[in-house]
Amino acid sequence: MLEKGATAPDFELNATPDQKIKLKDFKGKNVILAFYPADWSPVCSDQMALYNEMLKYFSKYDAQIFGVSVDSVWCHLAFEENRKLHFPLLADFEPKGAVSKAYGVYDEEVGESKRALFVIDKEGKIAWSYLSPVAVNPGADGILDALEELSKK
Amino acid sequence: MSTLKPEINSQDHIQGDDSASITIVEFGDYQCPYCGDAYPIMKEIEETFGHQIKFIFRHFPLANAHEYAFPAAIAAEAAALQGKFWEMHDALYENQYRLNAELFDELAETIGLDLEQFQQDSASEEIKTIIEDNFDSGMRSGVNGTPSFYVNGTKFDGGAADLYQMLKESTE
Repeated sequence: MLEKGATAPDFELNATPDQKIKLKDFKGKNVILAFYPADWSPVCSDQMALYNEMLKYFSKYDAQIFGVSVDSVWCHLAFEENRKLHFPLLADFEPKGAVSKAYGVYDEEVGESKRALFVIDKEGKIAWSYLSPVAVNPGADGILDALEELSKK
Repeated sequence: MSTLKPEINSQDHIQGDDSASITIVEFGDYQCPYCGDAYPIMKEIEETFGHQIKFIFRHFPLANAHEYAFPAAIAAEAAALQGKFWEMHDALYENQYRLNAELFDELAETIGLDLEQFQQDSASEEIKTIIEDNFDSGMRSGVNGTPSFYVNGTKFDGGAADLYQMLKESTE
């Protein structure tokens, strides 16, 4: 797994069937990448639903959050609609898990991303990363601490 | 290990004995079904362990997922201004199955609030800020879903039933 100080590997992933997100377009902004195993985990403890409630706190720190899993864009669309998510979910779908692998957070055995968080600074360097046990939703305190640290610089 | 931030303070709604040795904080959402399930268990915990525990509730409304979660938290805080936070808290969970926009006034009347004052307070910015501060506290304390519990300031990994079990074992 990539650690603090490493350059965040660039990527280009679909957020919708006709919209691609390039990491390098977000230079000058803080970026949060939340890799997670799969869409459709149980509602109230769902990590993406949790971050959905926190978007205005993230934007206070000039940060954009992206969820990343190996689910397809169509699956992401249905999931976003169902949970009323207001931030992009990226499909690490083809070649499967390539971005997750580049960040060192792909689980080869189950064929899903691990549950991992990255905070990337405005220059595209990893400022903080965290690998959570798959069954444990890591919350947002680590992300907020990292963003706060960056805002002091 | 995630810890409670900020610590218990004068803003909090506290139930139970000041001298209690175990402090339980719940971050909850009035529309969350898991919080609804936890409600009677929390009551049982309070009854069983009596003076040994102190219970604090902080709001963590998942407003996008639950349309009445934030308005319900407002109702509880507006009731608090008339000294009836816990009465409204209980009424909200006991009537969770029929939660809707009209319910708040009805419950306010049932628990004997001055309705006009309640409606006026419900619209106030101060109350919104209290709830947002609670939410902020939850984010910083590592809340990862509702309900989330903290025992003596440290996050407890488990639900209300696990909490009951843990207390039973530790007080035996």
